Amino acid sequence: MPPTTGAAAADGMTSSLGTTSMSAVFFFFLIVGITLVITYWAARKTKTSSEYYAAGRSVSALQNGFALAGDYMSAASFLGISGMVALTGYDGMIYAIGWLMGWPALMFLVAEPLRNLGKFTFADVVAFRLRQKPVRIAAAIGGILTVLFYTIAQMVGSGHLVKLMFGMPYELAEILVGIVMLAYVLFGGMLATTWVQIIKAVLLLCGVTVLTILTLNHFGFDPTRLYAKVMELYPPPGGDPLKSALAPGVLTKSPIEAVSLGLALMFGLLGLPHILMRFYTVPDAKAARKSVLYATGLIGYFYVIIPIVGFGAAVLLKANVVKDGVLTSLSGRDLITFFDKGGNMAAPLLGELLGGQAFLGFIAAVAFATILAVVAGLTLAGSSAYSHDIYVSVIKNGRATEEEQVKVAKIATVVFGVAAVGLGILFKDQNVAFMVGLAFAIAASANFPALLLSVLWKPFTTMGAVWSIIVGALSSTTMIILSPTVWEGVFKFQNAPFPFKNPAIFSMTLAFAVGIVVSLLTPEKDAQEKFEDEKLRTYLGIGAE
Amino acid sequence: MSTAAAKPPEKASKGARELIESPDFKALVRKRWTVSFVLLAILFVGYYGFILLVSFNKELMARTVSSEPGAVTTVGIPLAIAVIVLAWILVAVYVYWANAAYDPEVERLKGQLKH
Repeated sequence: MPPTTGAAAADGMTSSLGTTSMSAVFFFFLIVGITLVITYWAARKTKTSSEYYAAGRSVSALQNGFALAGDYMSAASFLGISGMVALTGYDGMIYAIGWLMGWPALMFLVAEPLRNLGKFTFADVVAFRLRQKPVRIAAAIGGILTVLFYTIAQMVGSGHLVKLMFGMPYELAEILVGIVMLAYVLFGGMLATTWVQIIKAVLLLCGVTVLTILTLNHFGFDPTRLYAKVMELYPPPGGDPLKSALAPGVLTKSPIEAVSLGLALMFGLLGLPHILMRFYTVPDAKAARKSVLYATGLIGYFYVIIPIVGFGAAVLLKANVVKDGVLTSLSGRDLITFFDKGGNMAAPLLGELLGGQAFLGFIAAVAFATILAVVAGLTLAGSSAYSHDIYVSVIKNGRATEEEQVKVAKIATVVFGVAAVGLGILFKDQNVAFMVGLAFAIAASANFPALLLSVLWKPFTTMGAVWSIIVGALSSTTMIILSPTVWEGVFKFQNAPFPFKNPAIFSMTLAFAVGIVVSLLTPEKDAQEKFEDEKLRTYLGIGAE
Repeated sequence: MSTAAAKPPEKASKGARELIESPDFKALVRKRWTVSFVLLAILFVGYYGFILLVSFNKELMARTVSSEPGAVTTVGIPLAIAVIVLAWILVAVYVYWANAAYDPEVERLKGQLKH
């Protein structure tokens, strides 16, 4: 029985989650159709390497703000954080805040110099005054590792989500994501990818806004009444206010752990190649700066309202499900965990309850579009790291024709896309949640220190950069493998040798220390001279591409 | 002097060299990073202060905002939203400063280079 709207349906709703509903299919084809038309349009404007990687630097600040927000608001943050708030309460809010904090830091430290000094990749900026080959190779490896782990996490997560929402086989979902995403990137390059991100960001923000309004409507638009209901349905054990759903819980048991997670989220953003790459799509540093303001506003708004969706799901959901062969009525957290232990289905279920099956279809299609868009951005970043940094700059010594560059970029795109689908299928039954953390840890420890030191610190040298990147990547990866998450959670060993889940506080510090010490041991006169010579470009934008 | 560099080394012209070494340009660069690091410091105090408060003073975060009977909203909720708003305001302050003070100075210095 398709549920109608509002509270009346709450008593006897039978969720259609996990079956392929007509509305979900309709919205899915609508979104894919529109984005493919845009891709067709973008394809005619995408001929040179600058158009392929940087949309011809023609994207406006507002458009880039939406695209940045689109790149960053993944399915994990939409479904994951609302689910986390639904299941744990306030801890989900603490987590959500961390995701925003990188944006001001990105603005203050790297956005403008990045735009002025670089061409297509962040490695352009790390290498701008150093010896090209060693630095490019190291930076490309750091970038590719980051993008690869991020992609695996996205692909595996998305395969399971699509299976949950549409009832589609996992492998088919992976291949579908791969084909559509490759169509965007291969034919439409950065311009199509940017527009896919903009559309997805608008749809996602609209969907979450509608969910929030519908939720608040149940409580006379007074959030305190929503919180009161949370307290009524989920009273703290023993009446202890410290264990309340509206108070911090397990997430912050260890302050070092909490600060380390905060550092990884904050500075990881400054080392994410697919985010940094977006700054080359705008005409100049001023537009880059404005786009961060728009992106921060959009993402901040998203994280302010998403907890309301989570709390709403915890208190409003009620449905009949077949559990152990018996038709049972489940509500709130029990219902959410019945569908998915991780809580990912909280927002879709709430959408179905409050907006009916058509709205569930919309939410499911938006979640799918989100996955497509994020994977498309990652693929473009991964392929540019190979084709621009390794092939053109190292193998061809920077001397490659436009035609050659675009051809290599497209080959790298296909290879990366196929690898993404293959790895997604390979890791199907693995626990890959830690891979997002790993991607952020490598980004914060390998990519960010070298980037910042190159822009800011005159005595930085080629060897300093190379060793900083290598040590940052190796130390963060090793510490995560030895951490409880992987050592005990994935390998099922006992007593993890490294006690923290988030290594950033150690690995990032180590990468900075190595970068500084090695630079002081290997002074490089050329690099210092060039640092001075390029200052007009760094600060005034003279000669920026 | 690098002979086999990937790109030919771009030596700054005489005018450019003079500008780079001018007190005005140096002051601009210094000011840019001062503003950045002051704003970053405020962000650090706000965000990591919040994290440490959550870690070390759960009692405060779990206290209700008002002491009226039936009040449920904890101190932690408005504080969490305040941190998000702070982050956005800091970005807005930077953009305002850059538009009002940095960009005009950039244009002025660029003009000097042409003469």
